[in-house]
Amino acid sequence: MDLLGFTITKIRELIEKKTISEKEVNEYFLKRIKKYNPVLNAFVTVVDNNAKGIPLAVKDNYCTKGVRTTASSKVLDDFIPPYESTVTDRLTKKGFSIIAKANMDAWAHGASTATSDYGVTKNPWDLSRYPGGSSGGSAASVSSYLVPGAIGSDTGGSIRHPASWCGIIGLKSTYGRVSRYGLIAMGSSFDSPGPMTLSVEDNALLLRHIAGKDKFDATSSAENVSDYLREMKIARKLVVGIAESYLEGVDEQIKGRFNEVVEIISKMGHTVKKVDLLSPKYSISVYTILQRAEVSSNLARFDGVRYGNDRSHFGAEAKRRIMLGTYTLSHGYYDAFYKRAQKARTLIKNNFIKVFEDVDLIIGPNVPVTALKIGDFEKYPFYGELMDQLNEPANVSGIPSLSIPIGLNSEGLPLSMQIMGSYFNESTIYNLAYQLEKETDFFGVVKKGISNYKD
Amino acid sequence: MDGFKPVIGLEIHVELKTETGMFCQCKVGQFGAEPNTHVCPVCLGLPGALPVPNKKAIEWTIKIGKALNCRINLHTKFDRKHYSYPDLPKGYQISQYDEPIAVGGQVILNGKTFRIHRVHLEEDTGKLIHLGEDTLVDFNRSGTPLVEIVTEPDFDNSDDVKKFLEELHTIIRCLDVSDADMDKGSMRMEPNISLRIMNHESRIKNKEIKLPKYKVEVKNINSFKFVKQAIDYELERQKEILERGETPVQETRGFDEKKAITYSQRSKEEAHDYRYFPEPDIPPLTFSNEYIDSITVPELPGQRMKRFVETMHLKEQDAFILTREKQNADYFETVISKLKSSHSNLNLKTQNLEQLIANFIINKKISIDLPIDEFIKKTIELQTPKETDENALRSAIDNVIKNNQKVADQYRQGKTNALMFLVGQVMKEMKGKAEAKVVISRLTEILK
Repeated sequence: MDLLGFTITKIRELIEKKTISEKEVNEYFLKRIKKYNPVLNAFVTVVDNNAKGIPLAVKDNYCTKGVRTTASSKVLDDFIPPYESTVTDRLTKKGFSIIAKANMDAWAHGASTATSDYGVTKNPWDLSRYPGGSSGGSAASVSSYLVPGAIGSDTGGSIRHPASWCGIIGLKSTYGRVSRYGLIAMGSSFDSPGPMTLSVEDNALLLRHIAGKDKFDATSSAENVSDYLREMKIARKLVVGIAESYLEGVDEQIKGRFNEVVEIISKMGHTVKKVDLLSPKYSISVYTILQRAEVSSNLARFDGVRYGNDRSHFGAEAKRRIMLGTYTLSHGYYDAFYKRAQKARTLIKNNFIKVFEDVDLIIGPNVPVTALKIGDFEKYPFYGELMDQLNEPANVSGIPSLSIPIGLNSEGLPLSMQIMGSYFNESTIYNLAYQLEKETDFFGVVKKGISNYKD
Repeated sequence: MDGFKPVIGLEIHVELKTETGMFCQCKVGQFGAEPNTHVCPVCLGLPGALPVPNKKAIEWTIKIGKALNCRINLHTKFDRKHYSYPDLPKGYQISQYDEPIAVGGQVILNGKTFRIHRVHLEEDTGKLIHLGEDTLVDFNRSGTPLVEIVTEPDFDNSDDVKKFLEELHTIIRCLDVSDADMDKGSMRMEPNISLRIMNHESRIKNKEIKLPKYKVEVKNINSFKFVKQAIDYELERQKEILERGETPVQETRGFDEKKAITYSQRSKEEAHDYRYFPEPDIPPLTFSNEYIDSITVPELPGQRMKRFVETMHLKEQDAFILTREKQNADYFETVISKLKSSHSNLNLKTQNLEQLIANFIINKKISIDLPIDEFIKKTIELQTPKETDENALRSAIDNVIKNNQKVADQYRQGKTNALMFLVGQVMKEMKGKAEAKVVISRLTEILK
């Protein structure tokens, strides 16, 4: 049966109606993976013994019991976890299977997938370009339809950035909404798991399954998990904020299309108003200091005593982050860097809380440029911060944000925007995204992407 | 220590005997178990595993803080303390840095006040086992809740240190939060020792004296006796160095139990920068006053001893001995209360029932291994005035005098204390079935 481009929702219907078996579904995707993964290099490990469940890819930083988990670093080349992450555990209990572990920037350090020790992943829209990152393998595999959906992790834009460059829908959940247990930590106070999908409905469906309090994660929230699928379909008229500072330095084509979408939103009957948000540049500074500090601490356990491979297997980017983080936590520098950054973080949170008193959502571009050419990463120091300057405020504050496609540029590369909501209000984000999907079909991006990768 | 004054502070680690780990569900207290059989992703520090704090361990740390008269911080948090060692699987230890659970307490002993700087909670590390050329790691102990108690440098001699540690040990045992078993490493002690030079000026302006410029820490000692030995050795060693006009090196030293000496381990010049920062995996903790109040401390041995002396008029030394082990003191009090309630019309021939029972227990005249009722039965037997068989007594006295003519003569010649020997002999002959008073009066009559 030809499943090309079918959403998770659609496949699930077919399985329930017994039009197709789970085994057939798995075989279908395995065939596509065998055909296209050698071209795209989206996966580090393919699990080809699944006969049950709807197959998904998870980023290779989620621990999967008995299945090698590398975080795309050679340090963990031989690491087979003896336990299962909460996210993958919940998914497999809800009728999904993990068919592949997706390539990523090593340790999730980057926005290109170029720092992977298992080779760069290619952007399905242009094989000479990056898919973005760090969840690049997840994004590329969904947009080329090697899997109908994937799970990524977003520490400073790592879901939304590749979702943008690959033309799919990617959610950074509220910090604490989804358990981090079993997710190899990058920046522990930022890491937010989230779904990467072809439709808003699929995204909401996956979030509903993975969200909620976990007794194994003390930072997971007991806040009630909304019925996203029902709530997103309620026709609401929303108040949407736009911050000028999020448009500075953004590529003209992205800005142009974004402004068109703003018009559409107004025409749909929503209220659009300007809001006064702190400039994203503050978030970049705060994020850089705190994330490096946490990285240097989280990677300390890879000391060469366990896991087979020693520290010489760390790549250049990981070493840079360990050095910088160690420095900012050192005696005499802690107050000047870490402590001040924490204070600024509180100000940024408060700023969002205040703005969300007036608006339901905030929208804006989430990347300054469309997919860059492979090799460009080396040209920019702090490449990741540059790429994610508009994504990082959501991580610093902990709010949820969704990246959605808004068409293609003149070179045929995906354009995107993000919808930010207030804490634990993924429901309202999905509501607007779903309305926009109905209204614009995301300018045909999703379908065009898949049609490049026929069976 | 002429011209010098010892300055000694203590760090004490106590493993809590909670059911499960500090941050995981592993069973703790598996001393002697097969290595690495009580481990999980969390206490092995596997990638992706996260710590979830143990509520009981927090409660018990508050309890210890209260018992040491500390102020309990309503806001507290955990921090990461970084250092690299093979028994530390995460490369950092989850501990507490600038907001410990309890601060500013004190313990008063024999009129001297010893201040408690802080009490905080952390996780224990694994254990290294050295086998020939190899070093192996056992992570069974990793993640056991560990309380660290830090005193102010208020001690100036090793005797006070020993007494303080014994008292602390008794308190911890009384709180029932740790076995505090030093042989199993569940209580470990580290004295910080230095000497202050007492020149003329410092003697005058005693209050303004700063701490010495150096301090020597002796690591991981597991007996009170060894702590005392280590301190005494260090004081002599440091004194010699200071008398040469030099300053002892600031360093960490180990203690050689066989030779009773300390030896250099690592110098503090290469001290670690622990790069503390708040543990992002555990949200900060906030306690309500109601919660703090709900954690109660039982009557502590020191208080109990005071009560025994003040309300029961026990000798201080006896009260001390009775209160060292909670179960002994409990036994004692139960005996007293049962005796008083169920045998109120008893006419025991004693002025101070409590002291009498105390004597029985301490002198092991009656075993406290007996059930309480048995103990009471024996007490009554021993104390009820006996019907003395006058005929038997008469022949016993005759026998004793006949066999101890010399002593009897000495008594007659005025050596009055010779009588007590004869009384003892008669009692022996009577196998205790005679009233001492009666024996004395009959003996004196006969010997007149």
